[in-house]
Amino acid sequence: MRILVCVKRVPAPGSKINVTADQQEVDTAHLGFTTSPHEECALEEAVQIVEREGGQVVVLTVGPPEAEEQLRYAASVGGTDFILVPTDGRSLDPQRTAAIITEAVQQAEAADGAFDLILFGNESADSAGYQVGVRVAHALGRPIVNGIKAIEVQPESVVASKGIDGGLEVYELPRPAVLGIYEGINLPRYPTMKGRLASRKAVVGTIELDAAEGALNKVKLHRPEEKISETVMLPSEPEAAAAAICDLLEEFGVLGGDAA
Amino acid sequence: MSVLVIAEHDRGDIAPGTLEAMAGARMLAAKLDCDVHAVVLGDPSGAVAGQLGAHGAAVVHTIDSDVLSDFGSEAYADGVCQLVAATSPKAVTANGTARGNEVLAQIAARLDLPFSANIVDAVPSDTIDGKHCVTVTRHQWGGTLLEDAELVADTLLMTYADHAFEPSEAPAAGTVQAFAAEIDPTFARSVIKDRTVTTAGVTLSTAPFVAGGGRGMGNPESFAMLEELAELLGGRVGCSRAVTNLGWRNHADQVGQTGTRIAPEVYLASGISGATQHWVGAMGSKNIIAINTDKEANLVTKAGHAVVADLHAVIPALIDEVKRRQGA
Repeated sequence: MRILVCVKRVPAPGSKINVTADQQEVDTAHLGFTTSPHEECALEEAVQIVEREGGQVVVLTVGPPEAEEQLRYAASVGGTDFILVPTDGRSLDPQRTAAIITEAVQQAEAADGAFDLILFGNESADSAGYQVGVRVAHALGRPIVNGIKAIEVQPESVVASKGIDGGLEVYELPRPAVLGIYEGINLPRYPTMKGRLASRKAVVGTIELDAAEGALNKVKLHRPEEKISETVMLPSEPEAAAAAICDLLEEFGVLGGDAA
Repeated sequence: MSVLVIAEHDRGDIAPGTLEAMAGARMLAAKLDCDVHAVVLGDPSGAVAGQLGAHGAAVVHTIDSDVLSDFGSEAYADGVCQLVAATSPKAVTANGTARGNEVLAQIAARLDLPFSANIVDAVPSDTIDGKHCVTVTRHQWGGTLLEDAELVADTLLMTYADHAFEPSEAPAAGTVQAFAAEIDPTFARSVIKDRTVTTAGVTLSTAPFVAGGGRGMGNPESFAMLEELAELLGGRVGCSRAVTNLGWRNHADQVGQTGTRIAPEVYLASGISGATQHWVGAMGSKNIIAINTDKEANLVTKAGHAVVADLHAVIPALIDEVKRRQGA
């Protein structure tokens, strides 16, 4: 199996997200960065499939030169090949990102063979456009389903289950196929000592690509108006707290009356 | 010219979000000075189409095909694109659910047009070279950050952020018109083939009461208290991403941006600090009660009510008090 995993470098915010003075980007001055969560699971899933079936896990990112950090992390948890398409650091619109990834896929496939599976995250943690994977799949003429929480590789197809409220929808896509992975499909591993060594030795290939701007153009970022509400402090002594909480549960209709 | 809404349904059961989308479409149609139309795919019973006139649809287009035996985003997009070619709507929209966003992305890819997911507002301006132009306000970071963006296109493609628009009745003609689309049988490849049920009855996203636990629970065994409490109150147990990552609970219980978004009457959050990731999933709760030893914790400051104390003392007392009041 030759699997491509597309990942995005995103800030790792705490309890508050601040915006730069020009309102164009998230202020990352005091933030770390990580791989967008759904994509971390996509990578783990690809590594598990290749551990069972053999093959390669190629990891691709379109991002600032610093996104090499996310590719090296991928190397530490089982990725085998790495492609960075560098940008100037400003976020790209989804049409442009998709066109760049499509071109990168076509180049990688022409050079080293077709991918049996291409995995994306369901949506990115930051801009959440919900479309790059679908646009790439369509451009390549391949089927895609998003929200995937289980994968079973069959000889000619892939059985993929989408998480819905209280259950799963089961799809069977002919290969090659594209899937949008949802967190929870697995619990991503932590890098081992051996993995950390592999990550230092990994060769990250860089390819220069660009595409035309799309027609969804960011004007500015801003925070929604916060509902300033005073928190009512209940007693801290256990029995008094319990009584106060029960009064609220009754008031809000989940205890007593017709409830429960 | 119209604002078109793709009605979401599950084998003939209308999705609650469809009526939110109808409310969002009425907002947009008023600003673009046109009617609201809807399209229902793969519901030969007509049950879904019949409900949309009351929510503002002047015309309800229906598309039926053997390929549409169940939901499939490629088959849906193929049908809607044919309707777009025939009726030239100003905008094609849906609710910002998993299905809504997937179908709109497929349509955007086919028409090679921009798509704005999860808008909460749209302000039109003058057309540019005959193209429609709106400034949308859309969700980033699960709605904890907003982006204003210009969308310029022959057909505006967008979804309405979940719960951004309140459904309400607004009677219109609701004339049902069958549209003869030829869905490419190739797209049967991405139609639902089977289903499995993992949770019967009340689910995390529909539960009226959720007992959530974070890292402050201390260990996986402590969640038995929350299980008991949730059981007594007909609710479900939720948890933070930290808890899932520690392997204490299954991801199916995770409340958050990459987990489940909940909307209970009461969310009792114990030992959860409330990072953005968690808050995105919890902010739809009607009432939040936090239990935490840290009075500065984000979730304590955002909760309507809070107990600053050791949850290991408070929750057992709470279980006893609930039982006493239930007369058990």
